[in-house]
Amino acid sequence: MKNLVKASIAILVVCVALIFITKSLDTNASKSGKNILTVYNWGEYIDPALLKKFEKETGIHVVYETFDSNEAMITKVEQGGTNYDIAIPSEYTIEQMKEKDLLLPVDHSKIPNLKNIEPDFLNLDFDKNNSYSIPYFWGTVGIVYNEKMLTKKLDFTSWDQLWDPSLKGKVLLVDSAREVLGMSLNSMNMSLNETDSTKLQKATDKLIDLSPNVQAVIGDEVTQLMVNGDAPVALTWSGQAADMMYDNEDLTYTVPDEGSNLWFDNMVIPKTSKNVDGAHKFINFMLDPENAAQNADYVGYSTPNKAALKLLDPEVTSDERYYPSAEVRKNLHVYKNLGKEKIGEYNELFLKFKMSLK
Amino acid sequence: MEKINKRSKLYLTLVFIVLYAPIFFLIFYSFNSGDSMTNFQSFTLSHYKDVFSDNRLVVILLNTIVVALLSALFATIIGTMGAIGIQTMRNRKLRNTVLSLNNILIVSPDVIIGASFLILFTMIGLKLGFMSVLLSHIAFSIPIVVIMVLPKMQEMSNSLIDAALDLGASKKEVLTRVILPYIQPGIFAGFFMALTYSLDDFAVTFFVTGNGFSTLSVEIYSMARAGVSLTVNAISGLVFAVTMLLVIGYYFVTNRKMKGVR
Amino acid sequence: MQSKRGSLTLVPYYIWIALFVIAPIILVGYYSLLDLDGHFTLENYQNFFTPVYLKMTLSSFWYAFIITVICLLISYPAAFIISRLKNKQLWLMLIIIPSWINLLLKTYAFIGIFGQSGPINAFLSTIGFEKQQILFTSVSFIFVSVYIFIPFMILPIFNSVDKLNRGLLDASRDLGASRLYTIRRVMIPLTMDGIKAGIQAVFIPALSLFMITRLIAGNHVITLGTAIEQQFLVTQNWGMGSTIAVFLIIFMFIIMVITGEQKKKKGAARNGKN
Repeated sequence: MKNLVKASIAILVVCVALIFITKSLDTNASKSGKNILTVYNWGEYIDPALLKKFEKETGIHVVYETFDSNEAMITKVEQGGTNYDIAIPSEYTIEQMKEKDLLLPVDHSKIPNLKNIEPDFLNLDFDKNNSYSIPYFWGTVGIVYNEKMLTKKLDFTSWDQLWDPSLKGKVLLVDSAREVLGMSLNSMNMSLNETDSTKLQKATDKLIDLSPNVQAVIGDEVTQLMVNGDAPVALTWSGQAADMMYDNEDLTYTVPDEGSNLWFDNMVIPKTSKNVDGAHKFINFMLDPENAAQNADYVGYSTPNKAALKLLDPEVTSDERYYPSAEVRKNLHVYKNLGKEKIGEYNELFLKFKMSLK
Repeated sequence: MEKINKRSKLYLTLVFIVLYAPIFFLIFYSFNSGDSMTNFQSFTLSHYKDVFSDNRLVVILLNTIVVALLSALFATIIGTMGAIGIQTMRNRKLRNTVLSLNNILIVSPDVIIGASFLILFTMIGLKLGFMSVLLSHIAFSIPIVVIMVLPKMQEMSNSLIDAALDLGASKKEVLTRVILPYIQPGIFAGFFMALTYSLDDFAVTFFVTGNGFSTLSVEIYSMARAGVSLTVNAISGLVFAVTMLLVIGYYFVTNRKMKGVR
Repeated sequence: MQSKRGSLTLVPYYIWIALFVIAPIILVGYYSLLDLDGHFTLENYQNFFTPVYLKMTLSSFWYAFIITVICLLISYPAAFIISRLKNKQLWLMLIIIPSWINLLLKTYAFIGIFGQSGPINAFLSTIGFEKQQILFTSVSFIFVSVYIFIPFMILPIFNSVDKLNRGLLDASRDLGASRLYTIRRVMIPLTMDGIKAGIQAVFIPALSLFMITRLIAGNHVITLGTAIEQQFLVTQNWGMGSTIAVFLIIFMFIIMVITGEQKKKKGAARNGKN
C-alpha cells in the first residue's frame, strides 16, 4: 500500500513539474488573447519559417494543427469544438464541405495577391469563381518507375503497360479507390468520373486481372519503398513522386497519354473561424510570390502561383514531370463529387479488388 | 536461485534482440544526414539540434508524457477498484456481463471509439483539448488494467481475507494490508500497459483533441503524407535513452538501498 | 459485508461503463441502422452477410488465432525464464519499454528491415541465398503483429508464473513425472488465470487490427478492423462501419461466454480443494 501511494504521489509531482515546463515553453498559452489564427493542415506541408514570418508581419499568433486525411478533417470541423480559421483540404473534400455548409465565402477584395495565380487553375468545376477556396498546391496522378529495375523496357506512355506480364508482383498501388479505379477507367479511355455501374464493373474486372502484378496496395509508405528499391513501379501522386525522385535519381515520373487526374489542395475558411480577417491575411500572405516560392521549395510540390515560378529553380519549373505543359493538362481531369452512393460503390468495388489479391 | 541454463539464456537474448531491433534501426537513422529513413548518407547530429530548436515539438512531447502518466494513474485506480469489486460479485451472470462490457473498448477499433467520444464530448459541451484527451485515455485504458489485475484477485483465496477478518482486521485494513499488497504486481502491470496504450494511441486522440493541443502520435501520423521527418526519430531516440537511464538507474539505486538495509 | 465493500469500489467503474461503454454502444447500434442518407434501414446487416464480409470475418478470426497462439508459445517460456532471473523486475521492464516508442515509427523501421535493401536481405545475399520478398506477405504480417502483442502476453503470464511454487515442480519431478507431464499437469493448470488474461489481451484486439494490414501486409490481409476504418474514414459510410463493429462486439461477447463457462467449472474445483 505504502509503495502504491508513494508511486502515485511521485507521478503527480512529475506531471505538475512537466505541466509547469510546458506552460513556460508554450507560447500559445501566454498569448491566449484574441489575435489567434488556427491553421489546420497536413503534417510537414508548410515551411514553418513562413509561419514565423507571418506572425512577425501581422502580429497574429498562429496555432498549427495537423490532420492525416481529408475525411477525418471534415469530421473534426463538422463537430466543432475548435475554431479552425484555415484548412487545406483536397478539391473533392471542398465540394463535400460546401454541400454540408461548412465553409465561409472568401472575400477576393481582401486578397490582392490572387492575381499571381495561374488563370488555368482558377474557376474550376469544384468551386466556380473560387468563391470558397484558393489554390495552394496542385499535381497529377501518374506512374513512378525505376528504369534500372525493369527487366523489360517500358516507358509507361500507356496505362496498359502496368498489365505487362514482366511486372509480376512488382507494382505498388495507392490505397485509394478513386485513383485506382480511375486508372483502370482511363486505361479503357473512359472517364475517371464514370458513374455507369456496368462500366465500373468492367473496370473492376480489368483490375482483378492486374492482381498478379500487384505487390501491395499501400499508403504513404510508397515513398520509402520506391526510394529503397523495393519495387520498380508505383501508381502515385506527383507530389510524392517528387519526394521520391529527390531521394533516388534512378526514378522518374510520367503521366500516360490516355489521361489522368489533376488534383488540388486549396485553402479554405471553415465556418468555425473566429478570425476571418486574419484568415484572409493568411491566404494573401501565402500567395505572395516570394512566400509561395519558399513554400514550394520546402514542400517540393507544384505551386499554382505563376509569379512564384519565376523565383524558383528553372530546372524544376521547366521539368514536365513537375509542371506538365498545357497540352498534357488538357487530358487531365479533376474529380467530380459523385455523391455518397457512387463513392460507396467505388469503395465496395475497390474492396472486392483488394480481396482478390493473393 | 538456481542457474539458468544456456539454452534459456540464448532464447531470451533472441527475444530481446527482436524486440529492440526496430528501435535501434530508428535511432541509427536519426544520425542520417539525409532526410528520410532510407540510404544512410553520413553521420550528423543536426536532427538532435532541431529537436531543441523546435519548441513546438518539445511541448508536444511533454504533453504526450503528461497525458500518458496521468491517464495511466487514474485508469489504474479506477480499474483496480473495478477489479476488486468484480471479484466480490456473487451473481455470476452479472459478473460475466460486466466483464464483457469491460472488454468492448478493447475490441472496438480506434476510429469508432474516437468518433463516438467526440460526439459524446461535443454533446455535453466539453472543450476539446487537454481534458478531453485525458478523459478518453483514461477511458480506453481502464479495461486493460482490469484484465491485468483480475487474475491476481482470482488467485488470492478468500480464506486469506476471512482469516484477516477473523483476526479482527477492519474492512479498510483488509483492503490496504491484505488485498492491495497481494495484487500489487497486477496493479503495476496494469499501469504499464495503460501507459503503453496511451503513448501509442493515434486515432482516438486525433478525434477528441483540439484548440492547439496535440500529442506525438497525432503529429507523426499527419506527417506521413509528406514524409516523417527524422527530427521525430531523434526525439524518439532521446526519449528511449532517457527512459532506459531512468529505469536502470532507479532499479540499481533502490536495489543498493535495500541491500544496505539488510 | 464483502458485497457492500465491492459495490462502493465499483462506483467510479460503473460511471465509466455508463459513460464510455454503454453510451458509445448505443451510438454504434443507432448508426448501424442508418443508411447513407440517414434513413432507418436493415440493409447494412444484409450487406454483412455477403461473401466479401463473411470471408473477411473468417480471415480475421484465423489471423487473430494464429497471432495469439504464436504469442503464447513465445511468451510462456520467456515469462518463465524471466521469473527465474536475478533482476526479474528490471528484465520485465525491458520487455515493456520497446512498446513505448511510436508504433508507426516502428512499422516504418520494419519496412526498412524487411525491404529488399534491408539488413535481412543483405544477410541472405552474403550467405549466398537469393533475395526474398518478405514484406507484404502474411508471414511478415503475423511477425509484426506478434511483435506488438508480446508484452501484453508476457506480463500477465509472468505474474502467475512468478507465484508458482518452485517446490511443487520439484516435487512433481521427484515423484517421477516427466518434464512434459509436469508442465502439462502442474504448471499450466496453476498458471491458467495468467494465460487467460494474456489471451484476452491479445486475441480480442487482434481481431480489429488495422494499419499494419496495409503497411506490412500491403492489403493482402484484410481484417474487420481495416474494413471499419475504411467505412468510417474513406467511404464515410458510418452505418456500415457501425454494423461491422456491432458484429465484432457480438463475437467478443461469445468469446467471453465460452471462457466464462470454463471459469465456473474451475471455480467449483478450486472450492473443493479449499
